[in-house]
Amino acid sequence: MADELLEVTDLTMRFGGLRAVDALSFVARRGEITAVIGPNGAGKTTVFNCITGFYRPTGGGVLLTHADGARFALQRLPGHRIARRARVARTFQNIRLFAGMTVLENLLVAQHNTLMAATGFGILAVLGLSRYPVAERQAIERAREWLDAIGLTERADDPAGALPYGAQRRLEIARAMCIDPVLLCLDEPAAGLNPRESDELNRLLLRIRADGCSILLIEHDMGVVMRISDHIIVLDHGRKISDGTPEQVRADPHVIAAYLGEGDEDEVPAEEVVA
Amino acid sequence: MAYALQQLINGVTLGMIYGLIAVGYTMVYGIIGMINFAHGDIFMVGAFLSMISLLGLAAFGITSVPLALALTLIFAAAIASLYGWTVERLAYRPLRGSFRLAPLISAIGMSIVLQTFVQVSQGARVKPMEALLPGGVQLMDQGGFAVQLSWMQVAIVITTLVVLAVFTWLVTRTSLGRSMRACEQDLKMAGLLGIDTDRTISLTFVIGAALAAVAGLMFLLYYGVIDFYIGFVAGVKAFTAAVLGGIGSLPGAVIGGLLIGLIEVFWSAYFSVQYKDVAAFSILVIVLIFMPTGILGRADVEKV
Repeated sequence: MADELLEVTDLTMRFGGLRAVDALSFVARRGEITAVIGPNGAGKTTVFNCITGFYRPTGGGVLLTHADGARFALQRLPGHRIARRARVARTFQNIRLFAGMTVLENLLVAQHNTLMAATGFGILAVLGLSRYPVAERQAIERAREWLDAIGLTERADDPAGALPYGAQRRLEIARAMCIDPVLLCLDEPAAGLNPRESDELNRLLLRIRADGCSILLIEHDMGVVMRISDHIIVLDHGRKISDGTPEQVRADPHVIAAYLGEGDEDEVPAEEVVA
Repeated sequence: MAYALQQLINGVTLGMIYGLIAVGYTMVYGIIGMINFAHGDIFMVGAFLSMISLLGLAAFGITSVPLALALTLIFAAAIASLYGWTVERLAYRPLRGSFRLAPLISAIGMSIVLQTFVQVSQGARVKPMEALLPGGVQLMDQGGFAVQLSWMQVAIVITTLVVLAVFTWLVTRTSLGRSMRACEQDLKMAGLLGIDTDRTISLTFVIGAALAAVAGLMFLLYYGVIDFYIGFVAGVKAFTAAVLGGIGSLPGAVIGGLLIGLIEVFWSAYFSVQYKDVAAFSILVIVLIFMPTGILGRADVEKV
């Protein structure tokens, strides 16, 4: 079960003279929740952006291996292929729902590819000759399951922008899951959530892992990280300073030093430059 | 009263044509935030394609008017779509990610290319065509003024409504429409959800061009004369309609088109024909001062 899903090797991302990520290597295993943590500006979001095709890394590689052995060099794929072929989904620190579309439509958009394949790319649908109605029913069925899982069934036809903040967060995760990913990358999913919403999020993430999707997580909320992660990677100034189980990481003196700001030279807030 | 009714009929017919073109402007603006200045010329190409098709069908002895119109509609829409696709592929896609004005300048260039191409290949003279659907019905007669509803106007309004209904269904009910709306709201996020954004943008141009070609056919039927320059004036009017309705909003484009058509016709009827464009554009300016986002446009509210 615990084989290698994502292998990041010597990943480097330079912005001018700034090394936001510096020769970073780590492995995320299948069926686990892997957390990437570190102080502000450590380069966590940059790593995500390299994995999901937002940035072309300056050097190094990101290799994803499916359970059937298919391999994808993510640093070379365009964004929509990363979602469609490599099946990697992600969310952002800020909410990026399609606010003007309904909750249900947000979940259907993510299933666009299966639906388009069933329509013969739009042509057959016009003639009413396709499996489209069946495919659409399945897509709606799948969306309903996720709406149940995140407790938003009642609000399926409301515009996504009208939902409360915590619900929007959960909807984003559900939407990402609708592309049927093998790896879900979450950038600070617990940011701005109250303790009750945080608990709901934990339950949702554990459920996703139980369903067989691995998770890569950036998070500041240590309550969330320590409770649900199987494996933690700690970054500081673009380098990996610790790697292990929550217990190992918690006890690592390097981590404590980084978080308490001991021995800090050249404090450059990399993420501010990047964002 | 009778006079006003007649103007209302004329205005709605003209407004439908503007509305069809305006939809193409507003769709492209919504999805990639650029004004496709070549869109009016796609409309002109559509009108020429319609004329070629109608004359060709007549030469082959197809004299049934509904059949000829249906075939022409399909032919013109298909070929104009090809033009729309090619223009996007050649002139806009390579510039995506470049600075904002680059595709705009490229679009003006494409507009000139299309105009010149038609001028050279079809000749610069005005092309007349005999009326396909002569006659009409007299709705009322008041003091010697007869209100006429021509069959042509009926055909234009019905065709436009059918085309817009199909288009609305496409945008609101199908997977393609959903992904178009998703790209319109957040292009990058749509890509991360597995939507091929380049293809979706291409399809937007294709659909816009098909609608413009339908408008071209309607224009040809209504006025009976076309030349290589009609795309400019109609394009500017339709663009105005799109802005008036709220650029980015599809129903707004149709409403804007109807308004521009009505303003133009009523102004010509009651004040002066020479100043009809001044009237239309003055109203645009006034609306934009008091409603900067147009009638149905939404302000971009950034939530933090």
